[in-house]
Amino acid sequence: MSVDISTVKRVARLARIAVSEDDATRMTGELNAILGFVEQLNEVDVAGVEPMTSVTPMAMKKRRDVVNDGGKAADIVANAPVTEENFFVVPKVVE
Amino acid sequence: MTDLTALTIAEARDQLKARAITATELTSAYLKAIETANGALNAYIAVTPEKALDMAKASDARLAAGKAGALEGIPLGIKDLFGTEGIHTQACSHILDGFKPHYESTVTANLWADGAVMLGKLNMDEFAMGSSNESSYYGPVKNPWRANGSNADLVPGGSSGGSAAAVAARLCAGATATDTGGSIRQPAAFTGTVGIKPTYGRCSRWGIVAFASSLDQAGPIARDVRDAAILLKSMASVDTKDTTSVDIAVPDYESIIGKPLTGLKIGIPKEYRVEGMPEEIEKLWLQGIAWLKDAGASIVDISLPHTKYALPAYYIVAPAEASSNLARYDGVRYGLRVPGKDIVDMYERTRASGFGDEVKRRIMIGTYVLSAGYYDAYYLQAQKVRTLIKKDFEDVFHAGVDAILTPATPSAAFGIADQDLASDPVKMYLNDIFTVTVNMAGLPGIAVPAGLDSRGLPLGLQLIGRPFDEETLFQTAYVIEQAAGRFNAPKWW
Repeated sequence: MSVDISTVKRVARLARIAVSEDDATRMTGELNAILGFVEQLNEVDVAGVEPMTSVTPMAMKKRRDVVNDGGKAADIVANAPVTEENFFVVPKVVE
Repeated sequence: MTDLTALTIAEARDQLKARAITATELTSAYLKAIETANGALNAYIAVTPEKALDMAKASDARLAAGKAGALEGIPLGIKDLFGTEGIHTQACSHILDGFKPHYESTVTANLWADGAVMLGKLNMDEFAMGSSNESSYYGPVKNPWRANGSNADLVPGGSSGGSAAAVAARLCAGATATDTGGSIRQPAAFTGTVGIKPTYGRCSRWGIVAFASSLDQAGPIARDVRDAAILLKSMASVDTKDTTSVDIAVPDYESIIGKPLTGLKIGIPKEYRVEGMPEEIEKLWLQGIAWLKDAGASIVDISLPHTKYALPAYYIVAPAEASSNLARYDGVRYGLRVPGKDIVDMYERTRASGFGDEVKRRIMIGTYVLSAGYYDAYYLQAQKVRTLIKKDFEDVFHAGVDAILTPATPSAAFGIADQDLASDPVKMYLNDIFTVTVNMAGLPGIAVPAGLDSRGLPLGLQLIGRPFDEETLFQTAYVIEQAAGRFNAPKWW
């Protein structure tokens, strides 16, 4: 399978990365090189093979469903580019 | 007094305990070495001299009080991927501009609890994506090694290029690193240092910037096998904050070093004899086999039939997980924000300007293979192949093989800004051909220096072990180290 420039632009949109026309052209070639490389996986007979979900056999660890951390609003927003009274500030999303 | 930076961790530890040297003297010696060399090598992207000297002073007090930890007073460099409280943590990316976490990663917290001293943060490929350290926002690292009679700058490998270069140039006693597809073992091989990627789950991933969560694992890069064993013992732990960390006691890895290999069965996989492999690598591999045989191990030929599919499967699984993990960099919660006409425009501009080319490439691939209509063809297929890759190893271990010996890399270190590699991303990916299988199967792997090529550049061998059997790797790697000797880069910086 290979991608064309319009697919690259659509994927860039999905990935929320702005791309110029030049970027998209260059990326089309690069992505096709990578997709061409991974194509060989189709040779592998995977009939009856389960997809890997965990690399080491382990049961999901669980903990009690209680609050065990928190009260750190100032810490959470400390690295945000724009904040107001411990809230993240974003451009207006609803008119 | 001799140069204190020449001491291994084990030697420094003994001298500190004997009070022959102080932690402050040792730390000062490293800070001085960094000040002199870092301009040329670019291994550190943030040096923390005040914190280092404070920690060293506290170590000296504990040493005086007889309360020394396992790494008391040992100065370490930390890969920029590890969250370090109040200190530069950017995964060498522009998108994490100014990020200083309000928490400490579990691995680094373990090291500080054992008395280690932090010298600063080490350069790396952006978000650990790369095999040459050239994708760092802070510029490439220079390998302390150069070919005989040449002044050309070589890469230290990647993604833990800063860690490997700093250890090789004696700008730290040891370093933390991470390995998703070979990022500890390939740079270790390129710099004549020892690097171990432990079994998935051995070290907590908590507080480490995530790249591909099912593959990422922290480990040390050190000057020799013993130092790597000492560091891993402190780094490894079970952690309630990482549900994939395992509750298995951490052995005293150092105590296995020097034990004879009698009775051990070492597998030699024929699939690692790849087309176009330099003769020198083949020769090195044969030499390694001979050393292990001489040490009493029995050698068996084995087959890992799905080896060639590990790298293509990796380039689906790793980008898929990365595209999901890196979705959090949105210009809202931390780091860089580039304003836009609305919120989506702000996201897109922030991510376009904050991520470098290689990171964008992998996010794009990951987004594509996970997108509607392609998931089964790519991601599901890759995860099935991954099951087969793991089964290859299980079959071999089940048949009684204790460890597997392979080359660590298909070549020695290559030049910075290599045009051939720059023009084709897949060529760069081939660097990980021998290391990536280990991540796909979650196994431990160690790279140990085994010789120099005809140009005088270090080459490494890799040992792959059973899950949670890092001990056999240290035991076997030590035999190679004893036979090969240690390799130091002639100082030019």
